[in-house]
Parts: sequence; structure tokens; C-alpha cells
Amino acid sequence: MTPQASDAGRLDSKAPGGPIETRWDRHRFDMKLVNPANKRKFHVLVVGTGLAGASAAASLAELGYRVSVFCIQDSPRRAHSIAAQGGINAAKNYPNDGDSIYRLFYDTIKGGDFRARESNVYRLAQVSNNIIDQCAAQGVPFAREYGGHLSNRSFGGAQVSRTFYARGQTGQQLLLGAYSAMMRQVGLGKIKMFPRREMLDLVKVEGVARGIVCRNLVTGEYERYAGDAVVLATGGYGNVFYLSTNAKACNVTASWRAHKHGAFFANPCYTQIHPTCIPVSGDHQSKLTLMSESLRNDGRVWVPLEKGDTRKPNDIPEEERDYYLERRYPAFGNLVPRDVASRAAKERCDAGYGVGATGFAVYLDFRDAIARDGEDAIRARYGNLFQMYERITGEDPYRVPMRIYPASHYTMGGLWVDYNLESTIPGLFVLGEANFSDHGANRLGASALMQGLADGYFVIPYTIGGHFNARALPAVSTDAPQFQASETMARERTDKLLAVGGKRSINSFHRALGEIVWNKCGMARNEQGLTSAIEDIRALRAEFWENVRVPGDGGYLNQSLEHAGRVADFLEFAELLVSDALDRTESCGGHFREESQTEEGEAARKDDEFSYVAAWEFQGVGEKAKLHKEELTFEYVKPSQRSYK
Amino acid sequence: MSAGSGHDTMRITLKIWRQAGPDAKGGMVTYTLDTVSPDMSFLEMLDVLNEELLAKGEEPVAFEHDCREGICGACSLVVDGIPHGPQSETTVCQLHMRHYADGATIHIEPWRANAFPIVRDLIVDRSAFDRIIAAGGFVSVATGAPQDANATPIGGEIAELAMDAAACIGCGACVAACPNASAMLFTAAKVSHLALLPQGKVERERRALAMVGAMDAEGFGNCTNHFECMGACPKGISVENIARMNREYLRATLVSRDLG
Repeated sequence: MTPQASDAGRLDSKAPGGPIETRWDRHRFDMKLVNPANKRKFHVLVVGTGLAGASAAASLAELGYRVSVFCIQDSPRRAHSIAAQGGINAAKNYPNDGDSIYRLFYDTIKGGDFRARESNVYRLAQVSNNIIDQCAAQGVPFAREYGGHLSNRSFGGAQVSRTFYARGQTGQQLLLGAYSAMMRQVGLGKIKMFPRREMLDLVKVEGVARGIVCRNLVTGEYERYAGDAVVLATGGYGNVFYLSTNAKACNVTASWRAHKHGAFFANPCYTQIHPTCIPVSGDHQSKLTLMSESLRNDGRVWVPLEKGDTRKPNDIPEEERDYYLERRYPAFGNLVPRDVASRAAKERCDAGYGVGATGFAVYLDFRDAIARDGEDAIRARYGNLFQMYERITGEDPYRVPMRIYPASHYTMGGLWVDYNLESTIPGLFVLGEANFSDHGANRLGASALMQGLADGYFVIPYTIGGHFNARALPAVSTDAPQFQASETMARERTDKLLAVGGKRSINSFHRALGEIVWNKCGMARNEQGLTSAIEDIRALRAEFWENVRVPGDGGYLNQSLEHAGRVADFLEFAELLVSDALDRTESCGGHFREESQTEEGEAARKDDEFSYVAAWEFQGVGEKAKLHKEELTFEYVKPSQRSYK
Repeated sequence: MSAGSGHDTMRITLKIWRQAGPDAKGGMVTYTLDTVSPDMSFLEMLDVLNEELLAKGEEPVAFEHDCREGICGACSLVVDGIPHGPQSETTVCQLHMRHYADGATIHIEPWRANAFPIVRDLIVDRSAFDRIIAAGGFVSVATGAPQDANATPIGGEIAELAMDAAACIGCGACVAACPNASAMLFTAAKVSHLALLPQGKVERERRALAMVGAMDAEGFGNCTNHFECMGACPKGISVENIARMNREYLRATLVSRDLG
């Protein structure tokens, strides 16, 4: 598995060597600085205003760069980071329970199933502490103890309490912190904010990312923006499954357009299926709702011991319940990592032990916790989550066990970036969930918020300067032919969508795509299913372009047209996702290949063959993308099979 | 309202505000749905309507939505005269059809306020809220190396009060509910959140003056103590925050040198 000669040049991670503890310090020192007076000469385009985009925009503007920011929502405050519930990790070790930067680094590498870059992950653990300090200084109302110090909890199977939180709405509070920092710069005139804009193409000039073309979602007009760097912080692609915990507008379009211009897409098959979501209730289902996995700290997961037991849960006696996580994983019990918990639920349901109307659900039961700690204590911990559950299902989880089932939640894959968060297109930086960098094949709970803010507050402000120093960036005009070409492409694609004039609705295509990807490239994958999925996707894509019905025209706020464009891109992207899953014949993290499992049915990784990042180069729609490999080396954490038994 | 869960499907009549653009004339249009499931969310019911309209070659109803779990603040429908509908402390995306009876008629309108002009159908422009935040809804701290997060203890009670105010999702239901279309509850939630915390106290005068000034400049009305805002707020933000903002504002007018 030697990388090809050309790969060595193009897939240079630029990760520094030497002692891991000082890599980031040395790297920062080695980068030339941009003179304070020169910073205003550089214009940065930031696309997306979630944790990564908003924190990057604020921090870059504070440094003196000129910044323009774009988001598809009516307000930047609505980016989907806002929905994160549980918390944010940091290695503060406030509880004195043995945490350290090294332990957070170690847990993240191990949790990612040895498919992440050590240098990046160590840096992430290092800056985690700065994030908490920064957010507290902004007035983020973290949970506190009576004495006024910050509270921590254990989260998602961590053996230490390193998770900071703000009730069940940590993402909201962190995002509003970043948003307020960004809006301060808007008020000061340092940032120009462009809401309700959808990036439809990246513009490269002489090989360097120098601009974007957007559609103004209110007027339908196409707009060109030129800059000296483009920062993509446009989130993940979980809505390729149609049903997911993502917001409805989450999409892959910006990343996919960058990919078509030469940005490699890394590990698209690494998707996270979250174990604790409210199950599907019918064909009308438009999205799935996550219940924070903090619930697993007190809830016990079970199914009936007998297949097809239709008794009400409270009528099933203790000895006729199968607490299958506690049975299979006695050391971690209900707190096993997300991928393990999700697969175990699928295994029980596929075997016929599932509960509820569809049989695709398991119980999450608080009976014992309520008996032990009292209902008031449980209400104090999870009151808002219980309320949300009751609103959606009409059932009272204080009395009846919750029903849960896994759902698509997060995507570890994304555009390939080096240690500077720069993609294979010079001048195009990718932050947060949109990049692939830090979580490997599986993300630990409370690590997404950490990574988004690390990238935006503490990495990009340093590394973007390397780009400005290293490259000649002659002024570009939005009248340049490259902008014209991008706008023409974007217009023609929109016109083509409107011209199909078919009979089938956009939503039904999205739903059909989601079913293919969920059934054949979801929690478990095999060669036969993946091979047929590619055929299914191609057929669906062909039908889409012949039979989709997009109403109205492109000259006003047309939500159907927006959705159609995103589904069209998902239909292309899904093929790459499935191809990557087909290519990786090992199981690792969220990617479980049925051909690669132990006798006990646990995931079997193949480090000899697959200890690499799969970075795909676009070759054309429907063409097999070209694989480039970034070999992963582990100098500090020696790869071992994860065991939670 | 009676629970509709006994029915497999329900027949629902909808009267919905349709308006093609900001300057177009709008009006209520009646639609009927025959296959509404009690398990559907309110927005999923509108999805069904839109699929039916598409199949008939008509324009779907434009409405704002995104997370559909009550936190992004995008959804913004006045349902039978009440912003976010009849269930207290619940965004309309979290409202479910099991709360309606078979045969019900439901009126759906956009937020109505001069400061929230209609964009299309049920979608309004709420960018005024962003401008209010840009005027002062922040702590002026740059990214860098502030002190350790535990260097400033904050008592649990104050932290909880600040969090209560910070829970605002910026949806604008408070404005839509107010007979004066006042944005006092939205503005006060941010002023309160930051004024309560030591980090925010440093610039409290400037913040109160600037945010109230921006609110007035956007054309929102005054507060005359109807408290409809609190009743409509999906996050249960209290009008105590308005009292706190009034104190902050009064205090600022007395002590600030920055009254220009």
C-alpha cells in the first residue's frame, strides 16, 4: 500500500514531526506572520455560520482581515450547531479525576478507531481548554456548582468528567457566543454579513480559490464575490440519508462544488449513526429527533427476552428483559460508544426483538434511576429532554420507558485538509464538520462542538496567514472569465432543474435516495448491498433529471428550487459515499463491513491494509473517483482493537 | 381541543395566508387535507399539503423551518391567532396534530409587525433582530487568552437566571404576540443575560443604550405591559427581564457619559 509518487506531493499533511506536545507551538512559530497593517488588505470569504464559521469570521475580523460571511438561513444564528444538546469536552481536569490533554488526545484517537491524524487530534486536545476560557469570557452561561465554579459531567462513555454544558442546549449557547462575537464585528463594520445566500460554485483563479458564486435566495439573483481566501464551514452531509437529526436545510452542495473543482473528499463512508433518537412513526416523517446520549448515564437499554413480545413494557418482569448492552459489554454497559450502541440496537431489532409499532425500537428505561435518585433528581437532569420526548410521542417517559432507535447524526468524513485546514485547492480552507480531520472513523460525544470552535477560534487565525504569505495574490475582479464561467454553470443548472417539468416530487426523490443509502450503507454494509446501491443511485439520478417536478421559476424565494438543487448534489455525492464504503473492506468506527467482523460479531479493523485516509479526486459524475491515500502513522497511541467488554 | 389520537387519519381544513411577494396583495386561501395522521407534527402536515399542491401543479406554501426540534428559531407561524399555536412553551415545529380533532379548521398566518416585512406567504424578514444584537448584544472580548474560566466564580442562582434569559431562540413570537409589535422581550433577554454576569457588567450601560436605541430605530413598538410576549414565548422567557432592562436603561441614562 505505497502511495503513488504524485500522492506524496499532493497529500502532504504538513503535520510537523518531533515531540507531539510542541508540534503546534513550533508550527505556529515557523509560520510567517502577516503584518498588522497588511491584514486589512486581505479579504476572506467565510461560508457558513455555525460554530466553525462564526468563530472563524469573528476571530479573523478581530485580527484585522476584511471578512464577508454567507449563510443560507435568514439569520446566522440559526445554523445547525444550535441544535447540539449534550456538551463540549475539554481537558481542564477541574474534577481532579485524572484527565489531561494527553488523555483527551488518547481517548479521541482510540474512539476514532485509529483513523485520525495524531498531530491534529493532539492540537485539538490542547486548545480545548482555551475554548472553555474563551466562551466563559463571552458570557456563555455554562452550568455551575453552588460555589460558582463550572460543572462537568461524564459523557458518552468517557471515564472522566470532562464535558461542560449549558442545560440541554450547549450548542445553542456556544453558537450564540460565537454569533455575538461575529455580530460585534458586523456592528463595527469589519464583517459584511450576507444571509439567505447559497453558495453554488467556487471560483478558482490560477489554481487558487479566489471567490464564490451565490444565489440570493430572496431575489433569485446570482452574485459574485471575490476574495483572497475562501473558508468553507458548511457542515456535514448527514441529510444524504433523508431522515437524520440534521436540520432540513443541511446539505453537501458547497463541499460538493468544491470537490468538483479539485478538492479531495476524504472518508465519505465515515458517518455516525447516533443510538438515541426517537423512532420513525410513519411515512410522513420529515426528520428524526435526537435525545441526548447523556440519557444513557441513567437510562438502561433493553428489549424483551422473547421475540415478538407485545406486552406493554411495564408488564414485562425483570427476568424477562434483556439488558443487552450490560450483558454484552459489562465494563461499559449502557455507556459504550455510539457506534457500538447503535449496532447492538440494530442487531436486536433485525433479530426480531425490537419493540413499538414498527419493531425498529428498543427501550431506554429510567425506572431504576427514578427509584434510586427520585423523580425530582431525574427531572433536574433531563427535564427538557423528557418534555421534548413527550411532545413528539405523546408518552410520559417518567412512567413508560422511552423508545429509541439509531439515526444519522454526524458525518466524520468531509473535504480533505492538511494540518493548516487547507484543502487540496490552495486558498480553500475547510472547517468544522465539513472537513474530515479530527474524529477518524467515529466521533466521541461532546467532541463536535470542541472541533468546530477549535478550528474557528484557534487554528484558522494562525494558519490562514501562511497562505497570504506564501502566495502571490494579484487582485481579481468579479468580471474575470472564471467568475463568468461559474455563474453560467450555476444558472444553467438551475434552469435545467426548472426545465425538467416531470411528475415526481423533489421530496420523494430525496426520500428514495435516503432509503437506498440507509438500507445499504447505514449501520452495516456489505459488498453486495453496496454494489447494488451504486446501481440504484445511478438509476434514481437518471430518473431525477427526467422526471422531477420543480414548480415556479428562479426569480423569487422558491424553497422547492433550493431543495431540488441540494437533492441533485446529494444524488451525485451519494455514489462517492457508497464507493468509499465499498472500497474499505474493513470495519472501523461507524463503518461496519459485515465481511470484516470477529466471531462474536464485533468490528474487525485491518490496520495492515487500511491505515490510511481515503481521499477521492473527482473524475466526473458517474465516473469512479481517483483514490489518493494519506498513510496514517501512530507514534504515540499504538493501534489496538477497541474493547468495551 | 380534544385529543385526536383515536383516529387513524383526520380531515383538517386549513386557511392559510398566501402572498406572492413583499409588495403583492395577500389573502387567506382555504385547503382541505383528508389524510392527516395524529402522529404528524404541524409542519409535517404542511409538508403533506405542499406535496398535494405540487402534484396539482400549484405553488407550495412558503414557510420558514429548519431544525424542527424547537431550537433554531426559524419556524414562525401564527396558528389560530396565537404565535406558535395553542401549546404553551412549544414552537410550532414541536406541535403535533394529535392535539387537534378530526374536522378541525386551522388558520395560519405569518408574524405581523412593521419591523418584520413579509417576504413570501408565511415568511417574514427578521433581520432587525440581528441588527439589535450587532448594536450591543455581546461581551467585547476578542479571541485570545482570557483568564481561566474558573477565575471568576458565578453563583448558581445568578448563572441559572442568566441561562433562563439566554435560552431565547430569536424566533420573534414575542413581537408577533404584542399588540404594539414590541421587541422588548427579545432585547431584554439579551440585555439581562449579559447584565447578570460579571463578564457583561463592564459595558452594561453602553449595551442597554445601544440595544434599546437599535430596537427603537427598527420600528418596533413600545411595551405597555400586556405580557402577551411571555405567553407566546416558546422558551418561557419571563417579563422580569423587561423590568431588568428598564432598570439597566434607566441606570445607564443616569451614569453613562455616552448619551450622544
